[in-house]
Amino acid sequence: MQESMKQKALALLADGTVDRVLGWKKGDFVYDVTPAVFESTEEVERDFTFSVFCGSNLSKYLVKESRKEGKILVFFKPCDAYSFAQLLKEHRVIREKVYAVGIECYGKADIDKLRDKTGATVIHSVGEANGTLTVRCFGGKEHTVPLYDVLLEKCESCKSKKHPVYDELLGDEGEVVDDCNRFDSVAKLEAMTPDERYEFWRGELSRCIRCNACRNVCPACTCEKCIFDNDASGVAQKAAADSFEENMFHIIRAFHVVGRCTDCGECSRVCPQQIPLHLLNRKFIKDINELYGEYQAGADPDTRPPLVNYNTGDVEPSIVYERGGKENG
Amino acid sequence: MQRIGVFVCHCGTNIAATVDVKAVAEALKFEPGVVVSTEYQYMCSEAGQSLIKDAIRDHRLTGVVICSCSPRMHEATFRKTAAAAGLNPYMVEIANIREQVSWIHKDVAEATEKAIILGRAAIAKVHLNAPLTAGESPVTKRALVIGGGIAGIQTALDIADAGFEVDIVEKEPTIGGKMTQLDKTFPTLDCAACILTPKMVDCAQHEKVRIFSYSEVEDVKGFVGNFSVTIKKKARYVDELKCTGCGLCTEKCPQKKVPNAFNLGLDNRRAIYIPFAQAVPKVATIDADYCTMLKSGKCGVCSKVCTAGAIDYQQKDTFVEEKYGAIVVATGFNPIKLDAYEEYGYSQSKDVITSLELERLMNAAGPNGGTLLRPSDKTHPHTIVFVQCVGSRCDDGKGKSYCSKICCMYTAKHAMLIREKYPDTEVYVFYIDVRTPGKNFDEFYRRAVEEYGVHYVKGMVGKVLPEPDGTLTVRASDLIEGKQLRLSADLVVLAAAIEPDKTARPLATKLTASMDTNDFFTEAHPKLRPVESPTAGIFLSGACQGPKDIPETVSQASAAAAKVIGLLAKDKLTCNPCVAHSDEMLCNGCSSCEKVCPYGAITYSDKEFRGPNRTTLIRRVASVNEAVCQGCGACTVACPSGAMDLKGFSNSQIMAEVDAICK
Amino acid sequence: MQVKNEFRPKIVAFCCNWCSYAGADLAGTNRLQYPADVKIIRVPCSCRVNPLFILRAFQRGADGVILCGCHPGDCHYTSGNYYARRRMTLLFSMLDFLGIERERTRVEWVSAAEGAKFAATMNEFVETVTKLGENKRLEDLRCKKA
Repeated sequence: MQESMKQKALALLADGTVDRVLGWKKGDFVYDVTPAVFESTEEVERDFTFSVFCGSNLSKYLVKESRKEGKILVFFKPCDAYSFAQLLKEHRVIREKVYAVGIECYGKADIDKLRDKTGATVIHSVGEANGTLTVRCFGGKEHTVPLYDVLLEKCESCKSKKHPVYDELLGDEGEVVDDCNRFDSVAKLEAMTPDERYEFWRGELSRCIRCNACRNVCPACTCEKCIFDNDASGVAQKAAADSFEENMFHIIRAFHVVGRCTDCGECSRVCPQQIPLHLLNRKFIKDINELYGEYQAGADPDTRPPLVNYNTGDVEPSIVYERGGKENG
Repeated sequence: MQRIGVFVCHCGTNIAATVDVKAVAEALKFEPGVVVSTEYQYMCSEAGQSLIKDAIRDHRLTGVVICSCSPRMHEATFRKTAAAAGLNPYMVEIANIREQVSWIHKDVAEATEKAIILGRAAIAKVHLNAPLTAGESPVTKRALVIGGGIAGIQTALDIADAGFEVDIVEKEPTIGGKMTQLDKTFPTLDCAACILTPKMVDCAQHEKVRIFSYSEVEDVKGFVGNFSVTIKKKARYVDELKCTGCGLCTEKCPQKKVPNAFNLGLDNRRAIYIPFAQAVPKVATIDADYCTMLKSGKCGVCSKVCTAGAIDYQQKDTFVEEKYGAIVVATGFNPIKLDAYEEYGYSQSKDVITSLELERLMNAAGPNGGTLLRPSDKTHPHTIVFVQCVGSRCDDGKGKSYCSKICCMYTAKHAMLIREKYPDTEVYVFYIDVRTPGKNFDEFYRRAVEEYGVHYVKGMVGKVLPEPDGTLTVRASDLIEGKQLRLSADLVVLAAAIEPDKTARPLATKLTASMDTNDFFTEAHPKLRPVESPTAGIFLSGACQGPKDIPETVSQASAAAAKVIGLLAKDKLTCNPCVAHSDEMLCNGCSSCEKVCPYGAITYSDKEFRGPNRTTLIRRVASVNEAVCQGCGACTVACPSGAMDLKGFSNSQIMAEVDAICK
Repeated sequence: MQVKNEFRPKIVAFCCNWCSYAGADLAGTNRLQYPADVKIIRVPCSCRVNPLFILRAFQRGADGVILCGCHPGDCHYTSGNYYARRRMTLLFSMLDFLGIERERTRVEWVSAAEGAKFAATMNEFVETVTKLGENKRLEDLRCKKA
């Protein structure tokens, strides 16, 4: 896949279809890849990479990149393409400035899980073949592990292998995953008592260090100026000073992306404190699906997002007291 | 820092009896920014207002907080007071310490404490108030009247007489409405046609009135003073301008078996028809459901006989867009369907009829030329039973919970007319109550009983059974005598409840005008603004607002006209300054606000902004049309970036109130 | 019957100007009592209430927040309360998901004619929140009075 992507990038740069390429760049270690814009064929030749560690979502960079001169080539995994479609829907990305190439994806690996499963410490290279990863360490040790066992959380519950939007495809196009189990963990929490849930979330959110990584990576968080940075908003704050602010920041952030979050899972992937932030977003998505009908942000350009839409017969907010969840003992 | 004055009103003893007003004024004195805090017996009085004005001048106040009754009561008053003293009227905030404190609490200490907190919240808000200037929007000096019954006609004529252009949109081929179908009118018994048709002619001839007959309102855009309305002119397959109304086509049309809607299906008409002789406009209309030419392409008789060449089988619905400053709703009423009242045998016997059908049967222009004959066998009925409140005052869910108001009087009229014309006929009226408020109404009813010998029986009819011999057996109870009655009747007349026309609900949606659960339009205030809808620029005339008889309809119609004239007489309207406003620097251009705006007040455009290093950035940003915005604030919450805010109820103002209350 | 140091909740009620605020006025006009713990903030429409305001109230020490608007279908602005209904349903569900007592938040539709309903709703809500006690799960300790 890496080779055909590279060839595609070189060809499109050479024939002038695009002026820049948005992809992933090699780092010091094999798992250390970063999103990057390549401005020339030389840069692509030298630094372009694509591997099982390219989990990051490139769509958000287009908010700025598509406003620059010239056209940019971008590679999208299916889940990234949903984010891209949602940004198009919100007029955040200029479609004409983007050449979108969809790439097939069978899931990306979580380096921590890989280390845990294999016991590998100083990894030299990782090869992928037929769903198995072969890890070679400095010093010559070799481990194999099924990719399935070391998937990123967001890939474990992959919702779709189909690109909602693209100009060209590389590899096979998949289907929407019907039986994805992504709401199971939300349901498990819902089944707890409020006290148990409170304890769970205190345990998780109290670890927040307000590094803003979740916000910075989120493709739905593209506001010109974030309300948390805007002194006039009444919620501007920089530090997770106490439990209120931890709650407040994450509730508000989740609420701001309701109906816009495509569930790309980047927030949890980048959280240095391993807080399962995606559960907040998924709770909203689950509620929307159950209360207002199935809705997948980014799936199609025309339907009205659930929060700017209504039915006269919508459920009353009292549904929250009436349904599910145990009472406190 | 604002310089704030606090004024605590005693409202006589209304507030002062439960709230220690002196303590409130004293406590609020020490709030930040407060330079004067005082109390007075009646702040809304001349003297109270002077006190405020003097304080504004003497203390150079920049903000005013008044602790008094509900802002819904006197906010406007105190804003004017402030303006008179040279302060921007929107620098006034009210703390409601009467409806929300003194009237609902008994404990003085508790009430005083709450009053102080509410005062603090108002002070916190006023700190963040900014002077607002109301914008202006021009007024299109034309009115639209929807519905051409007596209500619409009266409203249109009154507006036109004041010199403004009026269009009437009527869904039927002729104006006139229900009143054209009536025979005589209570309590004076003048003939409906004799008093209505001259008004219809006035409409047709008035140079300021235009009639869109056989037309409907398709779409409404805009706002008070600036409505833009799309009117659908339904295809009548006859060129209105060419048709002379000679009626030849309506005699020659071979399709004779069309139920005559004007006579409520009691007789037949042709597929091409003029509803009645005095129709305005007097133009034929082809009923597309029955016309053989339109259905199968074979016939064309009307086209052949029409010397004016007015028939046009190719005619299509056309749409015209017109501008108006005001819209009057006069969509009227209909009798309810009687499906749910099988006990009265309406569908089983032709001789069980509704009161409106009786009007047609007794009308000289009706199916029997004015002779009252039974629909089944065209014989004279000798015993007639009237059943009141069929579907009115019903709590069983089948009918309407309200009183239809007109039935008692028209039944007395029917009974009286029948007894006068056919003295050999016995007339029974079964009623729950006889309600006759109105000038000369009760006298009228008593004449029916005393002079005309109509049998009024207090009690309800349980069942009407058609008998094989053609008579109707009526089983009823007499509540005063306390016995069950069995009557053999020849004709049973049901006073069916009336309900708003079915077109009213979709129209209300187009107009963004509110309705009650019965689909009657709601008024801006049930007592003080009875002819205005809460939606600015929409007025109510006639039975669309509630059941009404003709005199009441006409007076409401003229009242609505007066309100319209008052609006159209203005050259400019002052807009509500509490409107949404977008901060372009924060706007993402995502369109969320545009989607939730019920008035279409938000538009997007690409704008140039200065970027870093002398670059130019083009960004898509929202802007609000202040004349269209009504200030609901839906956009402010839909906006993810906080770019949208509402003047007068800004995020920071509301949060300041929250903080003050929770402190 | 006064109990010393009895817990009195702080309740913020957001009321739309056209229906619920008028309903509250009517409760006043009819002298229908409800606890002084309820403080009303007037907003043009229930759709003006940003979830931020509700969180803010809890932060500052409110023990319960109630939002009142026109009955669905009767919104002065035709659709505002429909949007409010969805927003609040999702917000309340999220608060519940985080283990914050769901009974502390409520939406109630009160028309201008329902003064009695307004008073009854407030009485009931105050009682519920009083039973729950102080809001500890969503307050900002720094905002607490020393």
